[in-house]
Amino acid sequence: MSLGPAEVTKIAHLARLAISAEDIPAYARNLSSILALVEQMNAVDTSGVEPMAHPLDMAQRLRADGVSESDQRECFQAIAPQTEAGLYLVPKVIE
Amino acid sequence: MHNKTIAELAAGLKAGDFSSEELTRTLLTRIASLDPQLNAFITVTAELALRQARAADRRIAAGGGGPLTGVPIAHKDIFCTQGVLTSCGSRILHNFIAPYDATVVERCNAAGTVLLGKTNMDEFAMGSSNETSFYGPVRNPWDLNAVPGGSSGGSAAAVAARLAPGATGTDTGGSIRQPAALCGITGIKPSYGRVSRWGMIAYASSLDQGGPLARSAEDAALLLQVMAGFDERDSTSVDRPVPVYTATLNDSLEGLKIGLPREYFGAGLDAGVARVIDEAVVEYRRLGAAVVEISLPNSQLAIPAYYVVAPAECSSNLARLDGVRYGYRCQNPKDLLDLYTRSRGEGFGAEVKRRIMVGTYALSAGYYDAYYLKAQQIRRLISEDFRRAFEQVDVIMGPTSPTVAFNLGEKVDDPVTMYLSDIYTIAVNLAGLPGMSIPVGFASGRPVGLQLIGNYFTEARLLNIAHRYQQVSDWHQRMPQGF
Repeated sequence: MSLGPAEVTKIAHLARLAISAEDIPAYARNLSSILALVEQMNAVDTSGVEPMAHPLDMAQRLRADGVSESDQRECFQAIAPQTEAGLYLVPKVIE
Repeated sequence: MHNKTIAELAAGLKAGDFSSEELTRTLLTRIASLDPQLNAFITVTAELALRQARAADRRIAAGGGGPLTGVPIAHKDIFCTQGVLTSCGSRILHNFIAPYDATVVERCNAAGTVLLGKTNMDEFAMGSSNETSFYGPVRNPWDLNAVPGGSSGGSAAAVAARLAPGATGTDTGGSIRQPAALCGITGIKPSYGRVSRWGMIAYASSLDQGGPLARSAEDAALLLQVMAGFDERDSTSVDRPVPVYTATLNDSLEGLKIGLPREYFGAGLDAGVARVIDEAVVEYRRLGAAVVEISLPNSQLAIPAYYVVAPAECSSNLARLDGVRYGYRCQNPKDLLDLYTRSRGEGFGAEVKRRIMVGTYALSAGYYDAYYLKAQQIRRLISEDFRRAFEQVDVIMGPTSPTVAFNLGEKVDDPVTMYLSDIYTIAVNLAGLPGMSIPVGFASGRPVGLQLIGNYFTEARLLNIAHRYQQVSDWHQRMPQGF
């Protein structure tokens, strides 16, 4: 699969990445060569092979539904880019 | 003092030959004078180190502590360290002072280790040369024109140059083993689930595993002892006892069955590296091992499958870096979308952006079966190859890397060529097996690593196999000139 500039722009948008226009051809070239590498997978027939999502066959552990975390808001917000009155600030979302 | 192993340092500290404070000062002085050549450290935590060293000295004086109390180490900058910059080699975390300790850091602190600093790495552990770091490349102490490997390149260079006796690393596709090989040191990637991932910044969660880099198998055993163990905060942590790794280091190798996969010795393997690996295998025969050829027929599919699974998982994991709650935020965002896209676009480097985009594409509507599902099926085939191999042999051996360390800048413009550096290491992560690299000689004046691959949770046996070799060889004691 070879990707063109329009597809790169679409993927960058889905990934929420700002890519400058002059970098798009290089991304298109690199992503296409990575996908060509990936498509070597098609050399084998995998029909009927059970997908392996995880190295160990394990079930998720359950824990008691109890409070395990204390309130550390001040500590966490100390490294936030912008906060006010204990809230994280972002540009206005609703007009 | 800087040339002593962890085992020797522990004995010296216990006997009172020197204090942890003296040892720590010696290493901090070495870092200050030698690291400018290497760039192995992103942060040197001198003040914290001296505080921890004095605490360790008091603990030892009171008759307490364990084998690592007072031993200085370095952590890869992927492990959250409370109150210390934890950048993951990225601009997007250049101001991230971690509010908590990773389990690995916590366990090392409890054991009484001294933190010298945080080591340089490929950005978000995505790289095989340490050239993708926002903090600049690391140089290989054996040749300053060469890369140290990656992504744990700073840890490997620091240990090889005797700036730290041991360091932590992480391995998603070879990131402990390949830099260990390229820097002539010892590194072990444990079985998936052996070392807690809590507080270890996630790249590809089903592949990531922490482990130690050190100068000998014995030292790696001492470090792994502290790092390994169940952690309920990591949902993939495995609840099974951790053996005493040093207890079996000297076990005999008589009757050990070694498998050499023919796929690891074919085209693409440097002739000089192949010769050194052959000599190491001969040494193992002398130690009583039997050697058979085996096949891992799906080996060539490991890199293609990895470059779906890892980018897919990273595109999801790195979505949390959005410029809202911590990390880099762009100047004057005009709206929320602009804040997200510019913070991420300016905060991530080119390789990270490439992998996020590959993953986003592979997971996007309509492509799931062709990429992600297919990769997971291949993962099963690769895992089955290993399962069958371990019915015949106890350990698999081969080169860690197809070449010795390459020169800085040599592969940086061609991602696919760079990816091929990990051709022998990646399958191990896909299967979740333990793997190790030990120094076994030199080719073209640069170190060569032998890879040992074991069955699930056979870290003790791998360390034993490595240790016995290191009892009859001195490659692991070689020191780069100028350090």
